[in-house]
Amino acid sequence: MSPPLLRLAGIGKTYGAIRALEGVDLDLQAGEIVCVLGDNGAGKSTLIKIISGLHQHDEGTLEVGGEPVRFASPRQAIELGIATVYQDLAIAPLMPVWANFFLGRELRTGRGPFAAMDIGRMREVTRGELAAMGVELADVERPIGGLSGGERQCVAIARAIHFGAKILILDEPTAALGVKQAGVVLRYVAAAKARGLGVIFITHNPHHAHALGDRFLLLERGRAQACVSRAAIDVDQLASRMAGGGELDQLAHELASRGPSATSSAAEP
Amino acid sequence: MGERVGAGRLERGVASRPPLARRVATPEAGALAGAILVYLFFFAVAPPFRDLASLSSVLYVSSIYGIPALAVALLMIGGEFDLSSGVAVVSSALLASMMSYELTANVWVGIGASLAAALAMGALNGYLVIRTGIPSFLVTLGSFFVLGGLNLAVTRLVTGSVATHDIADMDGFAQARALFASSFDVGGISVRVTVVWWLLFAALATWVLRRSPYGNWIYAVGGAPQSARAVGVPVRRVKVALFMTVGFAAWFVGMHQLFAFDTVQSGEGVGKEFYYIIAAVVGGCLLTGGQGSAAGAVLGAFIFGMTTQGIIYAGWNPDWFKFFVGVLLLAVILLNAGVRRWQAAKR
Repeated sequence: MSPPLLRLAGIGKTYGAIRALEGVDLDLQAGEIVCVLGDNGAGKSTLIKIISGLHQHDEGTLEVGGEPVRFASPRQAIELGIATVYQDLAIAPLMPVWANFFLGRELRTGRGPFAAMDIGRMREVTRGELAAMGVELADVERPIGGLSGGERQCVAIARAIHFGAKILILDEPTAALGVKQAGVVLRYVAAAKARGLGVIFITHNPHHAHALGDRFLLLERGRAQACVSRAAIDVDQLASRMAGGGELDQLAHELASRGPSATSSAAEP
Repeated sequence: MGERVGAGRLERGVASRPPLARRVATPEAGALAGAILVYLFFFAVAPPFRDLASLSSVLYVSSIYGIPALAVALLMIGGEFDLSSGVAVVSSALLASMMSYELTANVWVGIGASLAAALAMGALNGYLVIRTGIPSFLVTLGSFFVLGGLNLAVTRLVTGSVATHDIADMDGFAQARALFASSFDVGGISVRVTVVWWLLFAALATWVLRRSPYGNWIYAVGGAPQSARAVGVPVRRVKVALFMTVGFAAWFVGMHQLFAFDTVQSGEGVGKEFYYIIAAVVGGCLLTGGQGSAAGAVLGAFIFGMTTQGIIYAGWNPDWFKFFVGVLLLAVILLNAGVRRWQAAKR
């Protein structure tokens, strides 16, 4: 059997005195979506920063295609086919759509350090790739900051796919979107999976996660609380585990047991 | 599906009309309007300003501001700032002069050593900024004082006075002067060679910004450094290169001063860095980075040249110069802010 696209074994990270991540294991196969779920501060961001090369892990091993790696820069991760679409989208808002699409990987008309950019071709490719995903942009010369959140997500994902990403990391791509736009983005993620990409999907939303994910990694205070497959859990259980599971049950029980008298008793000194 | 295609076509139809609003709202628009207004103003109040010969000296002064202003504009688009560029001009000239005079008989040795030192100083500024994360305002405020102090102290130590020795009789002086400080006639008007260099550098900067991938990187590094790094742009290398470009420009103007006047005063250059920055800002650079153009910096420097010379041609006391520059800067900043607000409201 071929090695997984990505394997994390016992990954840990410490920032000064704060233990952000500890002993996290994760396997990602081609054509698979793994959802990473957790509360704020659970370590989701730290995890993706390690995989995408922005930070280095202190413990454990990170393997890409069976080879152990330790990224010194995001560029190395990108070269190994790991593309990350960040929450803030990693775009330069004042720059045109095409320039953002090709940022850091500009097409050139020739070779050598004095080769000019092939702007016409970059505009064409950007328009074509977006159209192929159902986004018709009349003017790729517009500053990308002027597009809607969903459109910007699509540009970012289209960029990753165009540049041959094998592993797509999506950091809460639907968090800031309305219902309809979120649906558009989720459909793209499914399309990326159908193309054989491995997807790591970070989200707060159990409904989005359950609709897409093959497996779910639940993080809590930097530790993997559980890693379950879709068949083993339904959306309500997922929501409940995410929201703190047992803690929430206890809270609900407490509130219920106080009942209507809670307010009147609070009024008495 | 059919609906979406229809909508797309409609939108394209609208976009294919000349986007006048966008053109009016480009960052250079304020600078162009400013340049026209300043020109008309001095045309009206200063009769000698109308002569073609005056234009020649306006262009000359503009080029002396304009060459460093171009480099400073690139740096500001890249999101950084350099307060040491004014004294770096004088440092370069002093170093070239003293190296040549004290150590050898040929000016080219000094010119080369001075270039190496200017680039190294730029690289050091850049390295300190990217390494420490301290704002470039503070880092270069430090190097401004360091260089300013070195200029005075080392010159005193080496020459025993506040100026360097005359190097006009040294080997290679004539060629160096031809390169950095000559002039030639075009249709009866004397054109200084720095004007030609200025426009050449402006063309090069425009090419870099608009046509080369480095331009894309410079805008991205200034406008969204985190994003640029995340998609693989070598942010640190770009920033160091930009500081070194400012070093190069300062060196170039330093060489002009040396070979135009034969000697250098060690106390000069202080305050010039603000003029370069103002020229860049008047030309549409944002203090926060990510926006600006070479054409804008050219216009900004041209406004400067017109103001300096215009005041002289109008027969006013040159003491008014700074006042005018200040008024101009405020006016253009307010104008640009207005244009941006209007642009944002239209979106």
